[in-house]
Amino acid sequence: MVSRVATFAARLRLPALHRKLLRECWHMKGQLLSIALVVATGIMTVVTMRGSYEALVDAQQRYYNQMRFADVWTSLRRAPDAVLEQIESIPGVALADVRVSLLATLDLEGVDAPAQGRFVSIPETARPALNDILLTRGRLVAPGAPDEVVISEKFALARGLQPGDTLRAIINGRARTLEVVGMAISPEHSYAVPPGSLLPEDERYGILWMGRRALGPAYDMDGAFNEAFVKLAPGANELEVIARLNEVLAPYGGFGAYPRRDQASHMMLQGELDQNRVMGTAMPAIFLGVAVFLLHLVLGRLITTQRGEIAVLKAFGYRDWEVGRHFLLFAVVAVLVGAAIGTVGGWYLGGAYIGIYRQYFDLPGLEYRLSPALLLLALGVSVAGACSGALGAVRKAVALPPAEAMRPEPPARFEPGPFERLGLGRLLPSAGRMILRNVERKPLQAFFSSLGVAFSTAILIIGLFMYDGVLHMIDLQFRQIQREDLTVSFLQNVGGEARHELARLDGVTRVETYRIAPARLRHGHYSRETAIQGMEPDGELRRIVTAGGRVQRLPAEGLVLSRILAERLHVQVGDALTVEMLEGRRQTTSAPVVGIVDDFLGVSAYMALPALHRLSGEQDVISGAYLGVISSQQQTLYRELKQVPAVAGVASPVSMLASFEREMARNIFISVGFLVGFASVIAVGVIYNGARIALSERGRELASLRVMGFHRREVAVLLLGEQGLVTLFAIPLGGVIGYALAWLMVSSLQTDTFRIPYVITAQTFLSAALVTVLAAALSALAVRRRLDSMDLISVLKTRE
Amino acid sequence: MALQPTSLPGQPVLRAQHLCKRYEMGEVVVEALRDVSLDLHAGELLVLLGASGSGKSTLLNILGGLDVASSGSLHFREQCLSTAGAHELTQYRRDHVGFVFQFYNLISSLTARENVALVTDIARSPMRPEDALALVGLESRMNHFPAQLSGGEQQRVAIARAIAKRPQILLCDEPTGALDARTGRLVLGVLEQVNRETGTSTAIITHNAAIGAMGDSVVRMSSGEIVERVRNPARMAVEHIEW
Repeated sequence: MVSRVATFAARLRLPALHRKLLRECWHMKGQLLSIALVVATGIMTVVTMRGSYEALVDAQQRYYNQMRFADVWTSLRRAPDAVLEQIESIPGVALADVRVSLLATLDLEGVDAPAQGRFVSIPETARPALNDILLTRGRLVAPGAPDEVVISEKFALARGLQPGDTLRAIINGRARTLEVVGMAISPEHSYAVPPGSLLPEDERYGILWMGRRALGPAYDMDGAFNEAFVKLAPGANELEVIARLNEVLAPYGGFGAYPRRDQASHMMLQGELDQNRVMGTAMPAIFLGVAVFLLHLVLGRLITTQRGEIAVLKAFGYRDWEVGRHFLLFAVVAVLVGAAIGTVGGWYLGGAYIGIYRQYFDLPGLEYRLSPALLLLALGVSVAGACSGALGAVRKAVALPPAEAMRPEPPARFEPGPFERLGLGRLLPSAGRMILRNVERKPLQAFFSSLGVAFSTAILIIGLFMYDGVLHMIDLQFRQIQREDLTVSFLQNVGGEARHELARLDGVTRVETYRIAPARLRHGHYSRETAIQGMEPDGELRRIVTAGGRVQRLPAEGLVLSRILAERLHVQVGDALTVEMLEGRRQTTSAPVVGIVDDFLGVSAYMALPALHRLSGEQDVISGAYLGVISSQQQTLYRELKQVPAVAGVASPVSMLASFEREMARNIFISVGFLVGFASVIAVGVIYNGARIALSERGRELASLRVMGFHRREVAVLLLGEQGLVTLFAIPLGGVIGYALAWLMVSSLQTDTFRIPYVITAQTFLSAALVTVLAAALSALAVRRRLDSMDLISVLKTRE
Repeated sequence: MALQPTSLPGQPVLRAQHLCKRYEMGEVVVEALRDVSLDLHAGELLVLLGASGSGKSTLLNILGGLDVASSGSLHFREQCLSTAGAHELTQYRRDHVGFVFQFYNLISSLTARENVALVTDIARSPMRPEDALALVGLESRMNHFPAQLSGGEQQRVAIARAIAKRPQILLCDEPTGALDARTGRLVLGVLEQVNRETGTSTAIITHNAAIGAMGDSVVRMSSGEIVERVRNPARMAVEHIEW
């Protein structure tokens, strides 16, 4: 093969120096490849993760623009259509639209659990001015066909509904049979979260678009609307528009306008994108950083071993820069090979990544594209890293007068290190002392090698810890906090006596009522719209549990806030919040913050039910109840509850958990797979190269030992012991870095939808350590084979 | 000037018979050794002379178990080495052979004493490293690292390392090649003294014909063959050798 490379090189009529480069690259192909793979990994993460993040953001923007996704949102009790003109005349409003929207119970054939539908009106003859929908199958509703609906695609898929199918809905207390004519998606409902839930549940919650002229009269909204949206003019002041909109709609029972960033579906998508941005920036930065560092380290040592050759070239009359360029080209070859692998691999992976996102995100036109600017940046950083490593070594080699460089290098200077000065050296056999002194002689080199390997452990830890975090979160949310068997929600608030009716149903063992009260919380100039969750103070089914697993009793007065909400409002325990109720009597009062709880799902404000009643100035009203149910009677209970017109929905934490696991698991498993692969490449890159270079640096020594009668195994211990020490040191170091990076990620991955708990199990650390050790052992094995086949005579004949 | 009579006891320690060594380098076959037969007797000091490429290093490598002949036989006492495997050859070197090289090949991370201890650690009945170093006159430099020793001192450490395990055979490949004449004579003196005092059969390879005078016998090689065997009437004292 070498001769084939030689012939090839000769045929290219390359100058001899370049032929030497080609042949030596071929000769060192194992080392070059392992360096190239590290570069490839760095470039691949940039191309894949950052590339798919850019594709996601790009698709989101195009989708939002195409669908004319609104900037400001509000809902209200009821306003006549004429108010639209007032909204349009608010300064800063470019476009406004209004519509009718309502919640209704759906009755689906063959399904016991009732489902809920969000009915949304669309114009029959034109497209909506804002918040358009994208038809994916069938057709839009026809004018004058009051029973036609277009349903959300995810709901249709989850329920197996098709155009032509019918479904029954109870709208405003009246049962209607509706015909599905089409399926659609919209950015507003990419994630359809049913009221009272924290996550999308496509099985039991769907969006149904109905003609405005059909839906209006059905909900007493003929010539009126209960939702309004605004598209801002360029440069408009969002806060001012919101304030004016609230003024305009206050007489009509406005629930308070909010910006796009608080729109539920957008918030979830944005949360996902933010996580992607963090991962898509942090991961490539780490990988590229490690790759550059390895290039620096490995190429530097590699070139130092070529000292004699550099001298010979100089003796022949080659100029310093010619020699320098020749050795720098080694670095460039490694980077180019790595870049080629990384680009092709990243392209392919990016496509696969986007394929997964396409199932996960409702973003039409989501296509992976390779960004040349991104690629050039990654390439430039890699080449710079490689050259910086190579340059130092080349400069040192070039600086020597040829005659001196051609003489065998004087024996390296050694002296007993601190370990031995303490008198501990005697405890070690000669082999141990050799290993120790080698490490002590070049402590920086050993440290940086350890650091390189440590990064592979760290990367594994941050990959695996997410899985720990999610498991912890699932356990906390679905086993500690939500202990009810069923959650019943009513269409609208009902009197507290409903609890007795629920308790009378067959199979119900316990009833705890709750109230969801939309409110705006204000502290200074910080404000936030949310829903206050009123709970029974001594509840057993639904409790407030802190991150540490401690149950927090609900005080008789005051609010308990999610930490993320407290942070957004800049409040601490003891501060008073202004609470503006957005329903009922719409009182504005003050309430103290009596607790802050570290939770992981959603943004919540909790209050004892009696206190909430006092705050809102209303008597005992409830929005729903948590039920304890005998499991054998759950199906019968479902059927019974479906017959109750006031019941809007019945949810079970079990089905929520299933949907949650589906959403999360896929993503996590895939990223863990990538991380294990990438981390192994890094560990192999450092250990294999470290051992190979040590072998070429110390080949003579090791050969002498073999000649003196040392067995292969004994010599291998000397060579690989150093790499073993490097790995041993790397694992705790990697643990520290991994824990720190995981903490950084937890802090930067906080979204309103969920936070990853900072939980790292011992198993995660051990798995990371195990993968690192395995990768190191495999690299060592590869070098051991080379050591075993070392030609003793020729090694001893070559001077250095 | 005769230090010792050169009468040789009967059984050879090492017996090579009809050794041939061929290297195939691409399509060219190089015959490095052609039908070489040689005995090394107990206590004998043998000097192998020859120009570069004469095959003397190849012969030494085969005698030391670093290489195997293409044909012919090699016996260490009763043990046949020509058919031995890699593990057996390692064991042979470990137990019976000491090597001294032109470029010392000391382990730079170990002190003089530790370099010697490296071998005594794995030997069956070695000397104390201190004794081996005293034998080569380095008892005062035992705790120095190679980088702190002169070339001659480094070579003497290498000799101490080679003899510390009390090998039956000591093989020296151009031991003075990297040294000036004065230091070279010092090193040869140590080799001669060790041979005399320990009775180790010693073979010294050199291209320097003058050194032949210090041996019991001299074998001259050329183009892979032994062209001349001379038995010296008496060994010449090293300090009288001039080059």
